[in-house]
Amino acid sequence: MATKVFMEALSPTMEEGRLVKWLKNEGDAVKSGEPLAEVETDKAIMELVARGDGILRKRLINEGDTAPVGQLAGVIATADENIDALIAGAGAPAPAAGAPAPEKVVANQQETAGASSVPRSAEESQGEASAPPQQKVADVPPAAPAQPSAAPRAPGAPSAPAGAAPAAGDVRSSPLARRLATERGLDLHSVQGSGPNGRIIKRDIEAAAAAGAAAPRAAAAPSAPAIPREGDFHDEPLTQIRKTIAKRLGESIGPIPTFYLTAEFDLTRVMEMRKAMTELGDQFKVSVNDVLLKATAIALSQHPEVNAHWLGDKIRYHNRVHLGMAVATDDGLIVPVIWDADRKRMSDISRDAKELAKRARERKLKPEEFTGSTFSVSNLGMFGIDQFTAIINPPEAGILAIGTSEEKLVVVDGEPVVRSRVRITMSCDHRVIDGAVGAKFLQTLRRLIENPLMLVY
Amino acid sequence: MASFDVIFLGGGPAGYVGAIRAAQLGLNTAVVEREGLGGTCVLWGCIPAKALLEAASLAEKVKKGADFGVAAGEVKLDYGVAMKRSRAVSNQNSKGVEFLFKKNKITWIKGTAKLTGKNSVSVKSADGKEEKHDAKKAVVISTGSRVKGLPQIGLDLNKKNVISSDEALILEKTPKSIVIVGAGAVGCEFADVFAAFGAQVTLIEVMPNILPVEDADCSKEVERAFKKRKIDVLTGAKISNVKVAKDSVSMSVEAGGEKKEIKADIVLVAAGRAPNIEEIGLKEQGVQLTDRGFIKINERMETSVKGLYAIGDVAGPPMLAHKGEREGVVVAEVIAGQHPHLFDYTNIPGATYCHPEVASVGLTEQQCKDKKIDYKVGKFPFSANGRARTSGETEGFVKIIRGAKYGEILGAHIVGAHATELIHELVVARTNEYTVEEVDLAIHAHPTLSEAVAEASLDSLGKMIHA
Repeated sequence: MATKVFMEALSPTMEEGRLVKWLKNEGDAVKSGEPLAEVETDKAIMELVARGDGILRKRLINEGDTAPVGQLAGVIATADENIDALIAGAGAPAPAAGAPAPEKVVANQQETAGASSVPRSAEESQGEASAPPQQKVADVPPAAPAQPSAAPRAPGAPSAPAGAAPAAGDVRSSPLARRLATERGLDLHSVQGSGPNGRIIKRDIEAAAAAGAAAPRAAAAPSAPAIPREGDFHDEPLTQIRKTIAKRLGESIGPIPTFYLTAEFDLTRVMEMRKAMTELGDQFKVSVNDVLLKATAIALSQHPEVNAHWLGDKIRYHNRVHLGMAVATDDGLIVPVIWDADRKRMSDISRDAKELAKRARERKLKPEEFTGSTFSVSNLGMFGIDQFTAIINPPEAGILAIGTSEEKLVVVDGEPVVRSRVRITMSCDHRVIDGAVGAKFLQTLRRLIENPLMLVY
Repeated sequence: MASFDVIFLGGGPAGYVGAIRAAQLGLNTAVVEREGLGGTCVLWGCIPAKALLEAASLAEKVKKGADFGVAAGEVKLDYGVAMKRSRAVSNQNSKGVEFLFKKNKITWIKGTAKLTGKNSVSVKSADGKEEKHDAKKAVVISTGSRVKGLPQIGLDLNKKNVISSDEALILEKTPKSIVIVGAGAVGCEFADVFAAFGAQVTLIEVMPNILPVEDADCSKEVERAFKKRKIDVLTGAKISNVKVAKDSVSMSVEAGGEKKEIKADIVLVAAGRAPNIEEIGLKEQGVQLTDRGFIKINERMETSVKGLYAIGDVAGPPMLAHKGEREGVVVAEVIAGQHPHLFDYTNIPGATYCHPEVASVGLTEQQCKDKKIDYKVGKFPFSANGRARTSGETEGFVKIIRGAKYGEILGAHIVGAHATELIHELVVARTNEYTVEEVDLAIHAHPTLSEAVAEASLDSLGKMIHA
């Protein structure tokens, strides 16, 4: 049985990939899971792995060439199998999901189900490549048309649950979910289940339908926490006033009605703390940025109204704080994520920040390391920028822009004194964050930064 | 002073189940409980009440014995004996929980707890000694609820002739006459018990139907059965002019356009319970309450204070043991750092053990109407069920409300013998999103009461066979 090798969506936003280097030659034996080639995505260099056992009979993309996600990249088959028919279709991207190729059935759902990064929520599916991943070709008759009659099938009609949705037999799903999927023309393979052991239930179909997700199953996804789990957030439907604010402000200023709050913070105590820690030994050394990241994370944990995503029809308030950290690389900007930053010790944040920045510059970040942030921070202090405004990373509702820290003459109790100061500007999506809400968040942040001992509490 | 990972305040169904799960997950767990383990459910609710209802059921059956060719002669009823048996059963269950604590190495701290910080608790024991304990990971408030009177209409509980379920459970003998105020599950169950033991029972409900949270069809079926048993049922009733004398209570009741004076030996107030939120230091710790006075929690059972959790009756309705138990499991798994499946509050079954029994899950027909859901109803009477006829228990029916389009089970309602056992087939179906077709596809053994469930599913599809 032959296995097609497709250019896979190796990152959530990848639409095409450049095949950097083949790791296997034509005629080499390969095993499922073995790396076949290195592919450069929009964010990093990733490995394309084999989805079946056999011999790599044909390589269809040349090293250095770029191919859209879904294009046939090669064929794995037995030594004597005729693969001409399979190769004939090469060059054109495989059929998009929503029009599932009837002769193909993915036979190894089990393998991919646990490791799928198919987005469920609206924000994650934006820009999602729409092409199926590698599929095992099996001899299965074409799936019967989903609807036996034009009228919505009354539950009284005889039903073969497995046939209710295309090739659903290998997907754990509830009968009700299958009926909803059939009616909405959703391929159950494209839906991430949230029931026990990934069982697809009603709410998953509704979420997928809401996301317009006829998105295909992404393959080769890491078992990442990239999908927020139930309980890590709560959604609030938009109130009328929020709808009006969103509509009016959107008309006024663009899709994300942003406003900016700038405040100057006193860093003197942070500096003292850093100095004291460094004196204890190099292992206790942390950067000002590390301290500011930690303070931001704690402030966010106390202000879920800021730690939020705008999802169009609702606002998602996150219970966990995953802090995005803008990193400049030679290729451009990328925002790796420090997971659960509010619960991490300063030393962990310092280590994470260093490690993530290093890997970002080496383009070695895994997709789960640059997705899922709930709020972001950008720091241009090292370039001597006094203050600036950062652009919101949607669907996040805010971002902090941190300027340079410098000694300044300020007036304290009527006396001029030299203090270490930093200017921080918060960009706020007004659909989510109102002025006073943003200001209160900055108040909390000020309390933490100006009394850094509170960070250890 | 001792240090634990988790301390539960209260050893009722929420607290003790949570504690066992926490201990299973390797957490060093303690439960503070001043009374016996098992809480209201085991000591003052579910268990002893069901023991009395079993006695009531037996009394009714024995009276009908002659019809079956089993005449037992004169039936003598003794509430005192039934009560003592009920206490023994209750005690046995409480000891069972003690055994489970030992098995799972859970520490029972006997006494009354008060929060002294978000992770410390001080416990005052019966002899007045006070001791402080630390909870490294979490404190879970599972203090439950207590009976309450209706002082606004002059029915302050006095433990003598204005009583609550607590006292009703330990009466030595049946009163000659009793007025029960409130016809929810507790009111209906005691009406059943006292009627079976020979009291003149008046059941008063302010809402238009008894068992107001149940489907109106079920309420009416029980009301009919009660009236047949000479229980005076007054619905949509307003009570005024309450006079509590030394050995009787009188009141005016307005219902159905009529006003009458009622006098009884005892009034049992069964009009809800109050959460135990006082004297545990909630205010000092800044724990937020809901407008109805319960502790405010999120889906992870977290209160507004980090590290403090609340479960069971104190964390909001429905005040049901099985709701608290599941919250206990969820909270233990959350504290242990797992990601449990969150509690689906729309799938909690309700069960009332009067005769006929009532059980349900999901939406009532009225709720479907209010939500403008397109639905179809299937209904099958036990009078057409073979097994029900053999046992002579033909009251009641199975009613299934399904979505018109997909056939999902919106609600299921059963009145009749063993309804509280029968409902679980439909709870499994609804929880797993089976449609009525999957229920019918499952083969139901013959002759069983469960066949009525399959027939009601078929009826909702217009394909009923046996009626």
